[in-house]
Amino acid sequence: MNTVLEKIRDVAQEIKDKIMHLNPPSLNIPVRALSNVEYNPKKGYFELKQSRKKRTLTAATSRSFAQSLRMLELSNTLIKNDDIATKREAYYTAYNWEDAGFKNQPESDNVMDDIEAMLGVNREQMGFVPEEKGGDVAGDLVVVDRDPETKQEIKIDCKKMGSGAYSIPSSVEHLGFETNAKAIIAIETAGMFQRLVKHKFWKKSESILVSMGGVPTRACRRFIRRLSDAKNLPVYVFTDGDFYGYMNIYRTLKVGSGNAAHINEFFCVPNARFIGVTPDDIVDYKLPTHPLKEVDIKRGKDALKNDPFVKYHKEWQEAIKKQIKLGKRAEQQAFAKYDLNYVINNYLPDKLNNPKKWLP
Amino acid sequence: MEKESRLSDFEEKLESPARDKKEKDKLVKTLSAEELSKRQREISIAEFFEKNRHLLGFDNKRKALLTAVKEAVDNSLDACEEARILPEILVEIIQMDDERFKVAIEDNGPGIVKKQIPKIFGKLLYGSKFHSMKQSRGQQGIGISAVALYSQLTTGRSIRILSRTSPDAPPNYLEIHIDTTKNKPIISKNEVVEWDKERGTRIEFDLEGNYYRGAQSVDEYLKQTAIINPHATIIYSSPKAEQTIYARATDKLPEESKEIKPHPYGIELGAMIRMLRTTKSRTVHSFLTSEFSRVSARVASEVLEKAGVSPTLNPKEISRRDAEQMFKALQKTKIMAPPMNCLSPIKAEELEKGIRKEVNAEYYDVVSRPASVYRGNPFVIEAGIAYGGTLKGDDTVAVLRFANRVPLLYQAGACAFTKSIIATNWRKYGLSQPKGSLPIGPAVIVVHMASVWTPYTSEAKEAIASYEEIIKEVKLALQELGRNLKRYISKKKKVEAEVKKRSYISKFIPHIANAVSKILEEGEEDEKQLEEKLKIVLEHKRGKIEKVEFDEKANKEYDEAFALKSRSGLVEDYLKDEDEDKKQEKETDNKEDNQK
Repeated sequence: MNTVLEKIRDVAQEIKDKIMHLNPPSLNIPVRALSNVEYNPKKGYFELKQSRKKRTLTAATSRSFAQSLRMLELSNTLIKNDDIATKREAYYTAYNWEDAGFKNQPESDNVMDDIEAMLGVNREQMGFVPEEKGGDVAGDLVVVDRDPETKQEIKIDCKKMGSGAYSIPSSVEHLGFETNAKAIIAIETAGMFQRLVKHKFWKKSESILVSMGGVPTRACRRFIRRLSDAKNLPVYVFTDGDFYGYMNIYRTLKVGSGNAAHINEFFCVPNARFIGVTPDDIVDYKLPTHPLKEVDIKRGKDALKNDPFVKYHKEWQEAIKKQIKLGKRAEQQAFAKYDLNYVINNYLPDKLNNPKKWLP
Repeated sequence: MEKESRLSDFEEKLESPARDKKEKDKLVKTLSAEELSKRQREISIAEFFEKNRHLLGFDNKRKALLTAVKEAVDNSLDACEEARILPEILVEIIQMDDERFKVAIEDNGPGIVKKQIPKIFGKLLYGSKFHSMKQSRGQQGIGISAVALYSQLTTGRSIRILSRTSPDAPPNYLEIHIDTTKNKPIISKNEVVEWDKERGTRIEFDLEGNYYRGAQSVDEYLKQTAIINPHATIIYSSPKAEQTIYARATDKLPEESKEIKPHPYGIELGAMIRMLRTTKSRTVHSFLTSEFSRVSARVASEVLEKAGVSPTLNPKEISRRDAEQMFKALQKTKIMAPPMNCLSPIKAEELEKGIRKEVNAEYYDVVSRPASVYRGNPFVIEAGIAYGGTLKGDDTVAVLRFANRVPLLYQAGACAFTKSIIATNWRKYGLSQPKGSLPIGPAVIVVHMASVWTPYTSEAKEAIASYEEIIKEVKLALQELGRNLKRYISKKKKVEAEVKKRSYISKFIPHIANAVSKILEEGEEDEKQLEEKLKIVLEHKRGKIEKVEFDEKANKEYDEAFALKSRSGLVEDYLKDEDEDKKQEKETDNKEDNQK
């Protein structure tokens, strides 16, 4: 029997027992916040601390209590029927729940994250799949997948995508990999990815290129992790030179997030290294910049103060402090100032050959 | 002392020299005392009345009718209570002409001894109540004789009195005419008649007046009288020939009030000197202990020592200077407050009954303050409030004022009660209140003062004078009402929130039960059971809800006949009515001018 099903059954049974003994039932949910995670450098990801919120059935919680149970029930049905629902579909399903329905999707996403954390599994296992696509891949990689109907093996060669790319599916657990590449390069923007694909940078650098398109989706993170683990490949992350690139993209990919710490174990990429634009690069390359906004500075200061990952790595603290002092940020496409292919011919080769300029 | 000053005022007015108009024209620049003395003559009581009728409550025709009924009913109630009889009072008003009415008031009281009748009804300032320190409705001995005088002046007719003191005594019928030059009664008819009543008094008089309904009408006065005198039955036939019976709500007579001696703090020097002259005591020491309340032998000795007056001195031989020293010493010595058994408050329970009869609210509260003293006069403040229910919330609260069980209908703005209500911060207690105004909210506030001597602002007994002690007591009573009201309002809010929460919870109970059952793959039976248990769990956890909802039929005392027709903005009504009164006055003046 599916362990997730067992877990859902256990939760329901416990609630029933409580009620039958005339005790108010409660749900025990880990606190999902940066304050409830710690950075474990040995394991390489954000680990959940002990803080849990006990959602006892009261007037104030009765709505979200009912919603949580409805969501559990939906998951139960999905697994039994071997079906999936996107977050959006789950939100629409709740229209049937009348009073217990959701006002908007963030509300439903939040309940979903709560029960995911409560059960300690990722939502894909519960039958919920993300809406967004997982990211694009190009390079020296053959993905081994199966036909959804016939279950026959299908091999997809990411070298033969032409000017296009292979799209990471929402669920990647069943994929197999064949590759001779030496590294994975994860890229923040689709534009930069296209430039690198166009000029077959993967061939020159013997690497696999992955486009994250902003903050990497879970599927994308899991894909990189599984590929890195399976073929023992280092991961290099190329982002803009701003706090969004450092924290929201790079840090999330590498060690996970506070919000979904319960799944970080499976979704982190501990051997990722930062080869994006650093404050030093901004100065050294005399890159065109944009001034940091008030919110940017606040984000930086917040990271220095509250982010366990930053607090652990002195290099990152210095970089962030330097950037705040600089008061500027630069995008990865800024190298076009020198030449459209400056990034291919100069920046990336230089950076990859000079580990001292990486950030941990 | 209050009564002294009032009396002297009055006497002064009666005796003050009046100049003849015709003689005035002939006036030369200097006049000898002899010449002046020729012009000095006794002022006629009728002339005095004409000039001062506003003081007595006969400012205009509308008010005259009310005052006349009020004086007679107050007397009847006083007489019944003094004789320990449950009052049953008949009020009949017959409209004879546009502005002419015949009024009859009949009671089941002790009756009046024949010899006394002429003086009581035919002589102003004759009465039993003026000289006693005792709680009663009447106090000056002006009321009913002023009614007789007004009746006589406006219609020329005498007042008719029928009275019987016991089943064995003959029913005496008298017609009394007032000699307005001498302030003396003239008996114009005197006979024994048939009367089926065993005991009681019936008076009849004609007068010029105006009948209106509304805030300051006879109807309203009788209604409020019934509220504040739940032991009385009043049967009323209006000028429109409609009969209303206000049946008594209790058979308990108010406790008999005792007469007390004056308290040293309330006496004035002149009054004390007069008492010294007339006392039967042989020494000043015994004078002090026997003529005043709360003066013990020890206190008397202390006072005399302070004053440097020998205790054995004969009070009649004391010098003015010594008397003054004694007076000053009295004021400086700490003396116990006067005894309070002279008071007969309504008592909280009866007051609430009265309010319940009148207002169908969801919340009632009454407060009886402990007795207090102003200028040596004991008094008790009682106050009540009715809140919510059928009362409207967007107007100023209605205020009902009473003194010694008499409704006060006029001059709300000048009254110490109204001032106290305005001076209380009702916003603190959950009502809104514009600055310097009565609070706004669905409430009726009742204030009653029981006292041996009520300090009215005028002889017409319309408003209570603003003594600091009185305002303080009223405010304390109102604050207590306010605090309790606040508690009720917040409890109500809490319960309403709780009810809302519960309905909120119960909305989600089925979802929880259904989801759990589906996951556990159980049947409908199990689901229902789970739902029931879940309800119990939540009930158990939240406890029982206290009921605060308004039930229109819960108030068994409520009597629609009593309900105020316009319960809101009574004060505004007063003001409006007073304006109307002024208008009427002007019209009358104009008519008179035209006649001239």
